[in-house]
Amino acid sequence: MSILVDNNTRLIVQGLTGREGQFHAAQMQAYGTNIVAGVTPGKGGQETLGVPVFDTVREAKEAADANASIIYVPARFAADAILEAADAGIDLVVCITEGIPVLDMITVRAYIDQTSTRLIGPNCPGVISPGQAKVGIMPGNIHIPGPVGVVSRSGTLTYEAVAALSGRGIGQSTVVGIGGDPVIGTKFVDVLALFEADPDTKAIVMIGEIGGNDEERAAEFIREHVSKPVVGFIAGRTAPPGKRMGHAGAIISGGRGAAADKVAALESVGVPVANHPDEIAELIAERLN
Amino acid sequence: MKLHEFQAKRIFARYGVPIPKGEVANTATQAREIAQSLGKPVVIKSQVLVGGRGKAGGIKLARTPDEAEAIADQILGMNIKGYTVKRVLVDEAADIQKELYLGLVIDRERRRVVMMASSEGGVDIEEVAATKPEAIHTTVIDPFLGMRSYQAIGLASGINLPKHLFRPFTQIALSLYQAFLGSDAELAEINPLVIQGDGSLLAVDGKMVLDDNALFRHPKLEEMRDLDEEDPAETEARVNGLSYVKLDGEIGCMVNGAGLAMATMDIVKHYGGEPANFLDIGGGARAEKVAAALRIILSDPNVKAVLVNIFGGITRCDEVARGLLTAIDEVKPNVPFVIRLVGTNEKEGRAILAEANFPTATTLAQAAQMAVAAARGETL
Repeated sequence: MSILVDNNTRLIVQGLTGREGQFHAAQMQAYGTNIVAGVTPGKGGQETLGVPVFDTVREAKEAADANASIIYVPARFAADAILEAADAGIDLVVCITEGIPVLDMITVRAYIDQTSTRLIGPNCPGVISPGQAKVGIMPGNIHIPGPVGVVSRSGTLTYEAVAALSGRGIGQSTVVGIGGDPVIGTKFVDVLALFEADPDTKAIVMIGEIGGNDEERAAEFIREHVSKPVVGFIAGRTAPPGKRMGHAGAIISGGRGAAADKVAALESVGVPVANHPDEIAELIAERLN
Repeated sequence: MKLHEFQAKRIFARYGVPIPKGEVANTATQAREIAQSLGKPVVIKSQVLVGGRGKAGGIKLARTPDEAEAIADQILGMNIKGYTVKRVLVDEAADIQKELYLGLVIDRERRRVVMMASSEGGVDIEEVAATKPEAIHTTVIDPFLGMRSYQAIGLASGINLPKHLFRPFTQIALSLYQAFLGSDAELAEINPLVIQGDGSLLAVDGKMVLDDNALFRHPKLEEMRDLDEEDPAETEARVNGLSYVKLDGEIGCMVNGAGLAMATMDIVKHYGGEPANFLDIGGGARAEKVAAALRIILSDPNVKAVLVNIFGGITRCDEVARGLLTAIDEVKPNVPFVIRLVGTNEKEGRAILAEANFPTATTLAQAAQMAVAAARGETL
């Protein structure tokens, strides 16, 4: 059916009472996502959007039997919020927050790796399984259910690709934004493995960008473990070296992380790489037929 | 955020790393006075935020206060890779027997802080990595345990440091790690770490890059930012919470989201244009932010057309449209605009723009082609 989120997702919103948290929680509810509780320290006992608010994730999880959490708290509190969710035993934690210090994320990731929690993000748009659940900030209306799994390091660029797919009537099984930071919870290879195992995903779109070498690792993984057709896109072909392009992780440094290397790595394992977002949909359409 | 050498070394010293005696001079007279009070040969070092200062003639030895004044006079005002030297560091000259390298970086793939040491100091470590990788020894630091003494000793042994220096080396390595953590650095480097004639170790040069995302907890470090060394447009972008990188092309780009901003630059190039900049207005951009973005883009005289590409998720298109109109009204640009708004509240956004007679596009490919044509002076 999908990966990571579906009709069985019972979601906690950390930061529900804040401006962004409330806006996006309302949007998620409108999409049909089952939000079962909110968490804002010091605001336990209130109700927001018809949902009970708790002081801690542990209380919220126990009272509402939640299995997923989404985090909208400011950067200086976000690392703590992720740890709290993991410590409470939440299965899936999606962190939207941008701007978490990288040393905090190194510690958080080291801790998460010792638990059964899966972290998506931070600095990501979240996860959506069209028609089932939206756990994120993406515009739900551009998505339609279907056979294509999408995994991406960016936000709006993913919407662009999804809109191009939907525009051709090609739906999506799940769309996962893994985030643009140098240290994230779930990488391309993790999501590729999930899509490969999902019977309803027939083809995969992978949207990478400059910086790091996760795309190169993904190419190796695809060669060994992915039987489904994959179409790639790499943002930043015109990006100069040594400059951070918005995302904390999008920087070509020490001669590593250039778009050309990533494109070459993907093409060498038979993954066609689109020149622009519209072309992603064209390439997928060819492979689905 | 990059720090100057003198700033990095002062931070290192605060954590116990030995550095040369020295002070910063803004004038040649000050340089003479500092040399005089140190009473020894000094090194006059230009303080600019680029590498290769030595090769460019920005680092020189002065044996007497007279020489110090003359050399400082020469170096102050010098242009090094586009940066004008406004101050020099006057350091007591070290008695260099051997040059080592010691540095800390964040290793993305390992998701750990890594310390590197090399017996080949005084040259760019990336050069050593390329030509003589076996000369670099690394140790991976566990975030829960922190840097441990045995790891430093392992490095010392790896680079064949004389055994009597293991202890001071370990002390310096642990201090550097504390400086790195305490400042939320992305990079902290002592290059060279010098073995002097008397057998002591001294951090002769230092480099530090701080994590911009962590500056909120280091207000004192944030104050060290040297605005003279930043492109004024990049300063204005930062102050307004925008992410901007100037490029050499003629099509200004204003986009929400870093990935889409890069893809927009790429598609401009794909259709035969050259992007003038990277600019991400971020999520939830309001009118003031959009106006600031526009001013920044138009401050570049090379810009012949502006491509606005907004895919609304957090950012609502009607907000962007209103912001654009306010900004255009305020800035009164004399270059053509191509605007593409899609996503949350796109109908409202487009209606607002249509009322003001702005050309809008629905697909990115279409928008890019229109912008390239507009920059060539073709009518839309």
